[in-house]
Amino acid sequence: MSVATAERVIEFRDALREAMSEEMRKDKRVFLLGEEVAEYNGAYKVSKGMLDEFGAKRIIDTPISESGFSGMAIGAAMRGLRPIVEFMSWSFSLVAADPILNNAAKMLYMSGGQFGCPIVFRGNNGAGGQLASTHSWCVESMYANIPGLKMAIPYDAYDAKGLLKTAIQDDNPVFFLESERLLSTTCHVPEEEYTVPFGQAIVRRAGTDCTIISFGRPLHFCLEAAKELAKEGIECDVVDGRTIRPLDIDSMVESVRKTNACVIVDQSWSFASIGSEIAAQIHAICFDDLDNRVYRVHSDDVPTPYAHNLEQAYLPNARKICEAVRQATYNV
Amino acid sequence: MTNLLIVDMNMTNTDTNTAADMESIEIRKDQLQLTPAAVPDKGVLLGFLRQMLLIREFEVRTMQAYQNRLIGGFCHIYIGQEAIAVGTIAAVNPDDPIVLAYRDHGHALARGMDPKYCMAEMFGRIGGCAKGKGGSMHMFDADHYLYGGHGIVGAQTPLGTGLAFATKYEDEVINDGKSNHVTLCYMGDGALNQGCFYEAMNLASLQDLPVIFVLENNRYSMGTSIERGTSMAHDLRVKSEAQGIHHAIVDGKNVISTYQDFSSIADWCREESRPFFVEAQTYRYKGHSMSDPRKYRTREEEANEESKDCIDILENFLMEEHDVTQDSVKQMARQVKTQVLQAVEWAKNSPEAPIEELYTDVYTDVWGPYLGTSKPEMLGDEGSEQ
Repeated sequence: MSVATAERVIEFRDALREAMSEEMRKDKRVFLLGEEVAEYNGAYKVSKGMLDEFGAKRIIDTPISESGFSGMAIGAAMRGLRPIVEFMSWSFSLVAADPILNNAAKMLYMSGGQFGCPIVFRGNNGAGGQLASTHSWCVESMYANIPGLKMAIPYDAYDAKGLLKTAIQDDNPVFFLESERLLSTTCHVPEEEYTVPFGQAIVRRAGTDCTIISFGRPLHFCLEAAKELAKEGIECDVVDGRTIRPLDIDSMVESVRKTNACVIVDQSWSFASIGSEIAAQIHAICFDDLDNRVYRVHSDDVPTPYAHNLEQAYLPNARKICEAVRQATYNV
Repeated sequence: MTNLLIVDMNMTNTDTNTAADMESIEIRKDQLQLTPAAVPDKGVLLGFLRQMLLIREFEVRTMQAYQNRLIGGFCHIYIGQEAIAVGTIAAVNPDDPIVLAYRDHGHALARGMDPKYCMAEMFGRIGGCAKGKGGSMHMFDADHYLYGGHGIVGAQTPLGTGLAFATKYEDEVINDGKSNHVTLCYMGDGALNQGCFYEAMNLASLQDLPVIFVLENNRYSMGTSIERGTSMAHDLRVKSEAQGIHHAIVDGKNVISTYQDFSSIADWCREESRPFFVEAQTYRYKGHSMSDPRKYRTREEEANEESKDCIDILENFLMEEHDVTQDSVKQMARQVKTQVLQAVEWAKNSPEAPIEELYTDVYTDVWGPYLGTSKPEMLGDEGSEQ
C-alpha cells in the first residue's frame, strides 16, 4: 500500500492534548482543572498552550487541594458540566479518595438515576522515577474494585488520544491512568478524528505459545520479553486490555484458548489485584483450556523503594516476564 | 431584626478585648453592612408555618415508623431546626441549587418534595425519591434542584462549591451572561472540623463563587459538644475570615428574621458572585440519630431550648400581629397531619424495588451485568409541588 504523505508521528502528551482540545472545541461544557494546568502549561506539558486557546475560565489552575478541587469538579458534573480533572500524579488522588470514590462513582446510584457524574480524572500513575513510596502509586487495582467508575490505561499515543476522547464523551466517571514514563513516546496518530471504544482489547503481538495480558506501561516490557522469547522459539500473544472497567475478558479468553498458557503482567501489588482478578476469571472460564496454571508478574509486595537498584528489582521487567512465560509453557 | 450589621474581618468582641487591646490591633476595613429584607406578609408567614408544621409532623411519623422497623439504617431527625430550612430556602429562587448533609428530610420538604416520596425513600421502596437506593441520608430531587443529602460529614461542602462553579460557568461561559444564581450548601457544626470544608471555602473564595455555607449550629456533632470538638467555638467567624469570606450569625429559631437576613445575604452573593458563611444558631431536640440516648447533655438544657421553640415563636407572632387564631393554627396542624399520614400510607403501599434494580443506575449505559439507568417515579410529577 502506498502512502501519499508521511504518517504523522506525535508524542503521547501531544495526543492527550489533542483529545482534550478537540472535545473542548466541540462542547463548551468541557473544561480542564488541576495543579499547574494553565499558566505553567502543565507540570508535564500535557496542557501546553491550552490556556491561550481556551482562556482562564475553562483552563483552571487549582491550588494543591485535591480533595477540594475533585469535589468541586464532581459538584459541577452533577449539573451536567463535563470536567477533566488532572492529577499531577494519581498518588495524590488518595487525598481525594472520598469525593472520587464516594461521590463520583456512586452518585448515579445513590440518587436513583437522577444525577450522573460525567467526569474524567486523569494523570500519571505508577513508579519508575526514584520517587519513593508515596509518589509511586499504582492505583489501578485499588480503584478497579469499585463499581460505578470506568478505568482506561492507554499504552501508546494513538490509544491515549482515542481512549481519552471516549472518556470525555462518556456520561460516567472515568479514571484515566497515564504514565510519566510513556509521555515522550511517539507513534502514528492520524490527523482525522477517531475514538477508541472502551472494552476492546488489542493484540499487540501475535503468537501461539503463550498469552501475555497487560495494561499500560508494563506492555513495553511484555513486548521486549516476547521478542527475546521468540529467539528461543516461544511465540507470545501479547494482549493489551486497554480498559479495566469494562474489561474485555472475551478477547483474553480467546487468546488463552489459542495458546493454552497465560501470564498476566500487572504493575500493582499482587494481593487482591487486577492480576489476581483476571487470573481468577481465566481459571474459571478456561479451566479445560489451560495446560498450566496462570502465572503472574507484579511489583514486589513491599513499599516502592527509592534506591535505583532496588526500584528496578521491585518493578516488573522483561527478565521476570520471560521467566514466567518459560514456567507457564514448561520451558524450564 | 433592625439593621443587620455584619462586622466580620474585624475584632469587636468587647468581652475579650479591652480598649487598650483594640489599639494594638490593626483594624481591617472590610466590614460589610446589609439591610435585612422586609418582614413577609401574612400569607407568606402562614406558608412558613405550614411548612414547619409539616416538617415536624413528618419527623414525628418518621420516628414512629423507625421504631416500628419500617425504616432502617441511620435516621437523623430535624425537629427543633425547622425554621432554618424553611427560612433560608424561601429566601432564594426555586432554581438555585441546594446541597445538604445527612439531616435532610426537612430541607427536602421545604424545597417542595412531596412527603410521600421522602417517606417511601426511607421505607426503601421503589416509589422513593432515589428508588430506595439512598435512604434517609440521601434525599435527591432533580426537579427541585436538590443535589442530595450526603452521609459523609463535610463531603457536601466541595460539592456546594462545585454547584456554584457550575451555575457561574453556565451563566457566564455557556450562556454568555452574568452569574445569576446562588447555591446553598448546608452543614452541621461537625463539618467545621473536616478539612474539605476549608478547601471548599478556599476554592470558593479564589474563584469568586456564589455559594452560601449555611452552618446549622445545633451545638453537638453526634455526642460531642461544639466546645469539645471545635476551636474558637465562641467566635466562628474566624473560620471563614481566614479565607476572605464574610460571616454572619442568624437566629435559627426565628424563621422571620432568618428569612429577612438570609434574603439580603443571598441577594448580595448573587449580585457580587461571592461566597458567604452564615451561622444559624439552633438546637436539635432529638438525639444525633435514632439510637442516641443523649447522655452527654442534661434534660434541663433540652427543656430550656424547647421552651424557645421555632414554631411557637412564629405562631405567637401571627397571633399578635395578624390576629391569627389558635383554632386556625390547629386546623392547619390537622391538615398537615392528614397529609403526612397519607404519605406514610403511600410509602407502605409502594412496592419493594424489583431485584433488577440492583443493577440499574450503576452506569448510564448497558454493558456487562449493568442495566443502564432510569429515573424515579417522582420526577415530572406536577402534583409534587406543595
